[in-house]
Amino acid sequence: MSDVVERTLTALPSLLSSDPSPGRPSSTSKLGTLIRGITELTSKHDEEKLIQRELVSIKEQVSSPNTTMMKELMVRAVYCEMLGYEASFSYIHAIKLAQQGTALDKRVGYLAVSLFLNESHELLLLLVNTVLKDLQSTNLIEVCMALTVVGQVFPKDMIPAILPMVEEKLNHPKEIIRRKAVLALYKFYLIAPNQVQHIHSKFRKALCDKDPGVMSASLHIYLEMKPESYKDLVVSFVTILKQVVGGKLPIDFNYHSVPAPWLQIQLLRILSLLGKNDRSTSEMMYEVLDESLRRAEMNHNITYAILFECVKTIYTIHPKAELLEKAAKCIGNFVLSPKINLKYLGLKALTYVVQQDANLALQHQMTIIECLDHADLIIKRETLELLFRITNGQNVKVIVEKLLEFLRHSKDDYRNISKGVYLPINECTYAPDNSWFIRTMNTVFLLVGDQMQPDIPNSFLRLLSEGFESAEEDQQLRLLAVDSYVSLLQEQPARLPQRFLQVISWVLGEYSSVKEGLEPATVLRLLAPLLDLRHCSSETKSWVLAAMTKLSAGPACLSVAQELAERHGGSLDTTLRQRLHELQHLASDGELLRRVLPCSDGLEPLEVDSTLSFLDGFVSEALAAGAAPYKPPHQRQEELAQEKALSVEPYGLSLPLSLSSSSIAGRLSPTVLSMSSGLSGNSTELSPKGGSALRLEGVTRVWGKEGYLAKAALKPEEAAKTEVPCPLSVLQEGGSAPRTPVVSLPAPAPGPSLQAEREKQQLASCLFMGLGSQGAAGPCLMGKAEPTRHGFRKKVKGQGSSSGARGPSGDSASSSPSPLSAQSAMDNLLCSSPLDSGSTPSPADSAPSPADSAPSPADSATSPADPDAEASSWLFSHWVLVVGVQVSRVRGGPEEEEEHVEGHSVAVYQYSLVPTRPSVHMELAGRASYQRPDGEPQSTPFSYGLSLPDFISRPLSVSTEEYGRLWLASSNDIKQNLALLSQEPDPLRATLHRLRDRLQLNVVDIIASEGIVACQLLQGPPCLMHCRLNAGCLAVWLRSSLPELPDCLLYHCQRALAQH
Amino acid sequence: MHFLLLFSRQGRLRLQKWFTPTPEREKKKIIRDMTAMVLARKPKTCNFLHWMDLKVVYKRYASLFFCLAIDDQENELLALEILHRYVELLDKYFGNVCELDIIFNFEKAYFILDEFLIGGEVQETSKQTVARCIEASDMLQEVNVFNVLSTLACC
Repeated sequence: MSDVVERTLTALPSLLSSDPSPGRPSSTSKLGTLIRGITELTSKHDEEKLIQRELVSIKEQVSSPNTTMMKELMVRAVYCEMLGYEASFSYIHAIKLAQQGTALDKRVGYLAVSLFLNESHELLLLLVNTVLKDLQSTNLIEVCMALTVVGQVFPKDMIPAILPMVEEKLNHPKEIIRRKAVLALYKFYLIAPNQVQHIHSKFRKALCDKDPGVMSASLHIYLEMKPESYKDLVVSFVTILKQVVGGKLPIDFNYHSVPAPWLQIQLLRILSLLGKNDRSTSEMMYEVLDESLRRAEMNHNITYAILFECVKTIYTIHPKAELLEKAAKCIGNFVLSPKINLKYLGLKALTYVVQQDANLALQHQMTIIECLDHADLIIKRETLELLFRITNGQNVKVIVEKLLEFLRHSKDDYRNISKGVYLPINECTYAPDNSWFIRTMNTVFLLVGDQMQPDIPNSFLRLLSEGFESAEEDQQLRLLAVDSYVSLLQEQPARLPQRFLQVISWVLGEYSSVKEGLEPATVLRLLAPLLDLRHCSSETKSWVLAAMTKLSAGPACLSVAQELAERHGGSLDTTLRQRLHELQHLASDGELLRRVLPCSDGLEPLEVDSTLSFLDGFVSEALAAGAAPYKPPHQRQEELAQEKALSVEPYGLSLPLSLSSSSIAGRLSPTVLSMSSGLSGNSTELSPKGGSALRLEGVTRVWGKEGYLAKAALKPEEAAKTEVPCPLSVLQEGGSAPRTPVVSLPAPAPGPSLQAEREKQQLASCLFMGLGSQGAAGPCLMGKAEPTRHGFRKKVKGQGSSSGARGPSGDSASSSPSPLSAQSAMDNLLCSSPLDSGSTPSPADSAPSPADSAPSPADSATSPADPDAEASSWLFSHWVLVVGVQVSRVRGGPEEEEEHVEGHSVAVYQYSLVPTRPSVHMELAGRASYQRPDGEPQSTPFSYGLSLPDFISRPLSVSTEEYGRLWLASSNDIKQNLALLSQEPDPLRATLHRLRDRLQLNVVDIIASEGIVACQLLQGPPCLMHCRLNAGCLAVWLRSSLPELPDCLLYHCQRALAQH
Repeated sequence: MHFLLLFSRQGRLRLQKWFTPTPEREKKKIIRDMTAMVLARKPKTCNFLHWMDLKVVYKRYASLFFCLAIDDQENELLALEILHRYVELLDKYFGNVCELDIIFNFEKAYFILDEFLIGGEVQETSKQTVARCIEASDMLQEVNVFNVLSTLACC
């Protein structure tokens, strides 16, 4: 069929100028005109002008109202964008089109959206409503369109909003909808696995779907999951594969008369995941694999694709000799095939397989040699990849020579390909002798230059510094390196790549003393010109100067240093200037130089205190002075995400889209809440065992956006725990494999062709030396290079030294060295709310954010009659009680209120607190100053966290009618879905009563599946809440005349319902 | 799958589809590199290329190059057949597809692609099913036009 296509397509260019055929009406449209216009132009410049003009006209038309041409305009905008011209003005219109247009407009709108926007684009949020609406549509095609766009782009944060609806679609009667829903869920799983943990069971159900399309769509997720989690499904997969291979599927699914090849390949992949390192599972699949191999005999690409996958699976799972034999034969067919694509795949398969069975490479050695000289660079590259895998101590020279040759020839095209990257590691493991090693590395540095991955120079330098087993060898290696670098610098340093220059500087700085008779000043003079090179980066210059600093001893060096300082002292690069300054200083002061850069011959592992315990004092001081506690990056992000979190409740169809109506900060959406609770669950897991946790003594409690942060802030620094990886195995020497000449040379015969043949065979015997049956140790060595050396040793702190996770702050108070600590037990007795003493991070007057939300103490010091003020007033008196008992003299306090307590006396003060504006958390902070009879005056800050429920007056008794009136009078509202206490017999009632008990809300009325709840702030306005059961959750709608109140209350409702 | 590009022998882009989020600048670079690399390939070389960490599978159909980027461990031959199936789908829809069809009806080409691949995964391999689905959506179009006309007539 493709031939037909090709024939038609070849006839095309002539068509281009002639009239469009009648079947293609759109070529006469404006788009057609545009396209033809572009085709006629010759220069890029003209094209740009034309498109810009076009874009301007689209922009005008698109923004004028009642445009009926929207769809057409959008297609044109897509076209311009495809050609690489930005049409960002049309993004919003694409969304509008998807939202408002007819079904057909929608289709174009959705297409444009999926082409224009990516997952993180903010405009995508505006699409959520449209998608929701279309998912509910009765028109199948609209549902399809919505699911298609969801499967392509959808904002991660908004998944919860549509998740229930997508899940619902899994039960849709139409298979196309089910299939798209499965794919959309799969997409969700990829971008936000946490949010869709529960869908695995749904995928299992989809796996049993009667439609093969849905079934194969459900397979995607298994390739992403850990195989352990679905081991029990292996029988199902085997059965499905058996049926597919046996041709049991409808003929629809055949592709070139091969039954469902995509499905087959996917199943084979899953089987290989399942059978890896699992003998019993593997045994279940031998039969079907055998059958797959047998059935795939047609000569078509797709059968080869299946065969390739089969072979890979057979070599991945627990081996079975019989199957391996067949697979090997299969690979042979690939490699020997005249078709170049198959040959490529054969090489790829060999590369994969050769680690287990080096003999296979031997069988095909002549083909491999041929491929090595193949005209197609891609084939050549793949061959080298294969060779690289069979490198051992004996063939390393030949193979590396081939690799370098490839690098030399192809560096223009393939510079960015990581081929050269494998090289050094290769050589380090198998290097036959030192001078060869240094020479080769020089070549690699020169050839690959700055394209090299940075870990290669690093591992090379580490090798030099750590050395091999014998010290003598090491010295020789270093000497050789120094020698060759000195001569390189003498020749023409200007053409050396940056990375190489850095390596050279470091080696000369460290080891130039190894070479006798090489004066440091000489080296300095060699290095100095590097600073003048124009292409020399600032980083390289720093390396050079660091090397010079290490060497700068003696008067000769001082003069060089001064010379340099004069020449480069005016450089704009501050780092460079600083280094120069250091150099000059150290060069003039030999004593200091020895102290700063001690010469150590032996390799003493650096002790790194990754816990940074020496900073503890500094940290606690800073905290005491009011600094914000450290938060690990992920926590900061989490908080940031929470601030950004938007309401994910589905907008009612009748409601206008209003994202901005409610203030968002400080409120947790149910998703974020569940996500963060998941995270903090992890953190509590981590912190007790965190031997490396930051010590934050003296920090008793920290209030943050979402409440109590102390645990999170004490999270161990995960970064500090990562081991320093050791990239190379140095100790394993190649050459342990016995020498086995594999190919016996044929008897010498005359004739040039035979001569060439013979050369090839010689090459082969060189390349494949050390392989073979006894030589199986060769590939093994390479496959299992274990990191043996660790240059850095970590100081792991004992468990006891870290403060770890803290309990409630009442406990922490007892461990804090504050004068009030003895009273902590009494704290707990007196009130369950923790009263904090000791060093709270922020005293009232310097507190940054709490200040505006902190309640200002009321003027009247007389006791308020209102019993609800109790919550705030007893705490004060209680505090004074504590102080009065413990401390002889108390004086001072917040500036506004100052009380004086005589020694050994008891005084009771009561204040009432009225929040001016509600907030999720409020903090009351103050400072107590006191003086011991014998000592200095001391002061202790204290703080007490208040939360909204403390200020909720109960009950706000209103009748249902009054409620209705109040409801209409309140303007600020938000809507949200809350978790329902679903295990209770009457979930709505139970949930509302929980809210009543925890938050002192008044349940006004419950009618069927709806309930109304009210509350009132102390001396403040009421807040009304309307609750409705909706699809397994509680849809609440809060209203109040205070803008912040619904937000704060909602937050507390979430918390109240989350605590079981 | 990471992206699919269609471009002509002259290196003119006909269709681009990105399955993984890619910054605009990166896209331009990839398109430039792809056209340059693929067009420079000699005949009788294999249909696979390496680009950074990706494998690029390309095939020429008449004057159009189809070019699909996949992960290194994916199956190149299968990718080749994906391209072929796409061409078959286009062919079935347009009936003897030619480059002009794709140029002037590129949005249709996108629709067909969206029914065939979704988010970088093969969604439906059955030619009939995809064709049916596209047809159904196109029918919608005609019905709508009819509706619009009839409403206009009423006015």
